[in-house]
Amino acid sequence: MKHDNSYTGQDFKVIGTRVKRPDGIDKVTGRARYGADASLPGQLVGRILRSPHAHARIKSIDISKAEALQGVKAVVTADDMPVPQGLPGDLAHMLENSMARGRALYDGHAVAAVAAIDAKTARKALQLIEVDYEPLPHVTDVDAAMQPDAPVIHDWIYTSGVDPKPEKPSNVVQRTEFGLGDIDAGFAEADVVVERSYKTEATHQGYIEPHACLANIRPDGSGELWVTTQGPFVYRNVCAQMLGMDIAKLKVTSSEIGGGFGGKTHVWGEPVALALSRKANRPVKLVMTRDEVFRASGPTSSTSMDIKLGATRDGKLVAARAEMRYGNGAFPGIWGMLSCMTSFACYEIANCKAIGYDVVLNRPKVAAYRAPSAPMAAFGVESAMDELAAAISMDPVEFRLKNASREGGQSHYGPVWGPIGIRATLEAVRDHPHMKAPLGPNQGRGMACGFWFNIGGQTCSDLNVGIDGTVTLTVGTVDVGGSRASLGLIAAEELGIAYEQVSVNIGDTGSLGHNDMTEGSRGTFSSGMAAIFAARNTIEVLRERAAKMWGIPVEDVTWEAGQAVAKGSAHGNLKPLTLKDIAAKSPKTGGPIAGHNEVVADGAGVSFASHICDIEVDPETGATKVLRYTVVQDAGKAIHPDYVEGQFQGGAAQGIGWALNEEYIYGKDGRLQNPGFLDYRMPVCSDLPFIDTKILEIPNPGHPYGVRGVGETSIVPPLAAIGNALSNAVGVRMHHVPMSPPRILKALREAEREAC
Amino acid sequence: MSGVLVTTTINGDAVQFACPEEETLLDALRDRVGLLGVKEGCGTGDCGACSITLDGRLVCSCLVLAAEAEGREVTTVEGLVEGGKLHPLQENFISHAALQCGICTPGFLVAAKSLLDRNPDPTETEIRYALAGNLCRCTGYDKIVRAVQSAAKEMRAAKPA
Repeated sequence: MKHDNSYTGQDFKVIGTRVKRPDGIDKVTGRARYGADASLPGQLVGRILRSPHAHARIKSIDISKAEALQGVKAVVTADDMPVPQGLPGDLAHMLENSMARGRALYDGHAVAAVAAIDAKTARKALQLIEVDYEPLPHVTDVDAAMQPDAPVIHDWIYTSGVDPKPEKPSNVVQRTEFGLGDIDAGFAEADVVVERSYKTEATHQGYIEPHACLANIRPDGSGELWVTTQGPFVYRNVCAQMLGMDIAKLKVTSSEIGGGFGGKTHVWGEPVALALSRKANRPVKLVMTRDEVFRASGPTSSTSMDIKLGATRDGKLVAARAEMRYGNGAFPGIWGMLSCMTSFACYEIANCKAIGYDVVLNRPKVAAYRAPSAPMAAFGVESAMDELAAAISMDPVEFRLKNASREGGQSHYGPVWGPIGIRATLEAVRDHPHMKAPLGPNQGRGMACGFWFNIGGQTCSDLNVGIDGTVTLTVGTVDVGGSRASLGLIAAEELGIAYEQVSVNIGDTGSLGHNDMTEGSRGTFSSGMAAIFAARNTIEVLRERAAKMWGIPVEDVTWEAGQAVAKGSAHGNLKPLTLKDIAAKSPKTGGPIAGHNEVVADGAGVSFASHICDIEVDPETGATKVLRYTVVQDAGKAIHPDYVEGQFQGGAAQGIGWALNEEYIYGKDGRLQNPGFLDYRMPVCSDLPFIDTKILEIPNPGHPYGVRGVGETSIVPPLAAIGNALSNAVGVRMHHVPMSPPRILKALREAEREAC
Repeated sequence: MSGVLVTTTINGDAVQFACPEEETLLDALRDRVGLLGVKEGCGTGDCGACSITLDGRLVCSCLVLAAEAEGREVTTVEGLVEGGKLHPLQENFISHAALQCGICTPGFLVAAKSLLDRNPDPTETEIRYALAGNLCRCTGYDKIVRAVQSAAKEMRAAKPA
């Protein structure tokens, strides 16, 4: 799709200003309603019983005692959630992930659920459900799961993407490969080669609001779902298909969302809540505990990687190879494939090959987490880049700059690059005062780069003009971090009116056509595009109405700075009509004034970032403190700079947590040992410094204002940036994330022993 | 079914409710008093989303039994607005973009107010440690700390010497 790019680089009036978000007051006064904050008459409390086993056959489930308990209104198992005929495979997996079907596939897998008059009764009922398990061999480590003697989790998985096609099932879902050139020839050209293996542990998105919903299925089979989600339209489609309902008969309303980061793009307990409501014939509220969020909603992949890079002495990257093994949890995913596509995107490498394996494990089904799969691959590649720079005695920033991808170049995963920001972010890093600040003992500085695709997708919006000339923009993308403000600015800019004249409304599935989720950094990009086109559509209507009011041809009416202006000498005496003037007369000139747009928002611009961090390591404890952190990222065009900075800072903080502390720890029994915020330690306020940001604006030609998505790339560089800083601080190179105190201490002790 | 009748003061109002003995103050505030600004993020005192003050002391309401509120004074985020005006912390959280999703915001506001009540001129480090019991996953805390600094400054300026 071609866009009119004449606006790019224009002199914006309100775009780029730091206005107050319209939902701010509700959110600072406790009035904003999140997933757990809704209620309906006669609602019940839902609770889910979960497997204590990593892998077990469910021989029988006896629900009779639970059903007989006073106050229990429904008990459901997989028997109450049959697979509708023709349900696509991925949805069948999601359904089985929501409720185990004959086998529990991980610690925390749902096996039954109850709806009761209160939480106490529901908890008691769960204890009365008798499940007869036969424990089966399990595997939670990605390398172990690929071994020939590993327990095979699904007998229907035959590795795709390998030739010849395997004769036996295994845990390897698929092998994918992306690349360019001839890597053997490339490595033969190299003067220096660095080859290393890395591991990263699984992390959780860590949104503070647990999954929560209120399901209401009526006796006629129609229903509604209030839910914390990144995509009400997708949840509607998915849940309706899983439950065998007509899509139009299920209305989904997204609550305010208390963080998602990808974890709320996927349904977990929602189909169960709907099944409970259907069986009980009452509304059912289902809210996960934090323990359930960790054990049963999507973490990231745990990974294992081999990275090999080769360069000439004068600093040219001539060959690269990556083999990356990504855990998918209990059901197939595309996470290894995404790692391939992101791994080498920052650099122009004539000969490279990225190979990805997707592997099922007895762990919860993996879901997207902010730039999914990219941070781990970047940890490997960007760590090796620093080692390679050191091996040829080149400054790591200069080395990256020398090899940075450029406009017109061929990416290793397919597209030819348009205007991109990798080089600009590296130059900004090179010239940043942070790079020259002094460092003390046990302190070190590191930097790393990151890439994310960004996506567009299906989007629509309505813009309605009130009779007083105020405007309501309705969009279908959930506001996860201030997008109402950005979209309000866009509508105001297009119409030429004040930001305060615009209200932004997040539509439910009954009020708009389908919208894809708020994911892939598409919220402001795609809804912004739909808002622009809806506003331009509205302006057409406004011009027609003004022409009618004046009794002149519409061709003689233009829209300038929020008013209709009659053009031509014949109309010299006509005073411009404001939006307010036209709106006031609308009942008599044709009725309500509205603009609409439905679009597949093609043209998402890729996003690059480069980060700098300073850390200090305590050699006694192995604890690492982040002293200073700078994020440089290309935003294309920052609609609301505060919320762009907020995305940069938030992603960096999540990456810092991942780098230093966060990990899923499994016991030999295959059970998750740290399903709580005390033992799964996310960064707190006293762990972090201020996070400096520098927004670069290299316009994306695929968007009328040049916007790129900004939400995800910032989580990609921190793992390697911190690893590189650690190496510079204390001389040990970490190959295993998180770089937690025990791992660092072990590496320091080993280095000491080797030095003796 | 046994239970307790609790008579307490919440955000300055006399309130009475009945609940089971084992019910947490968090659940009672949300489900019986209707103060939904008090959020549950973990139920184990690790995230601070349910922060309130009890007789002026900052606590996680998920770790307090509702019955313990008997005869005491509870303040929640709903009690920060005075005379129809937002508290300077609330104003500054909005103007500094100190919230993204906003689920942790009520807890942060209560914790920050508790800090400024005790220490009107905290250092950055003091702010960071005072807020270390509250998890935010969206912001990286940068804009939260700046909002608290700005609110503290405004409040000091507004206070007669």
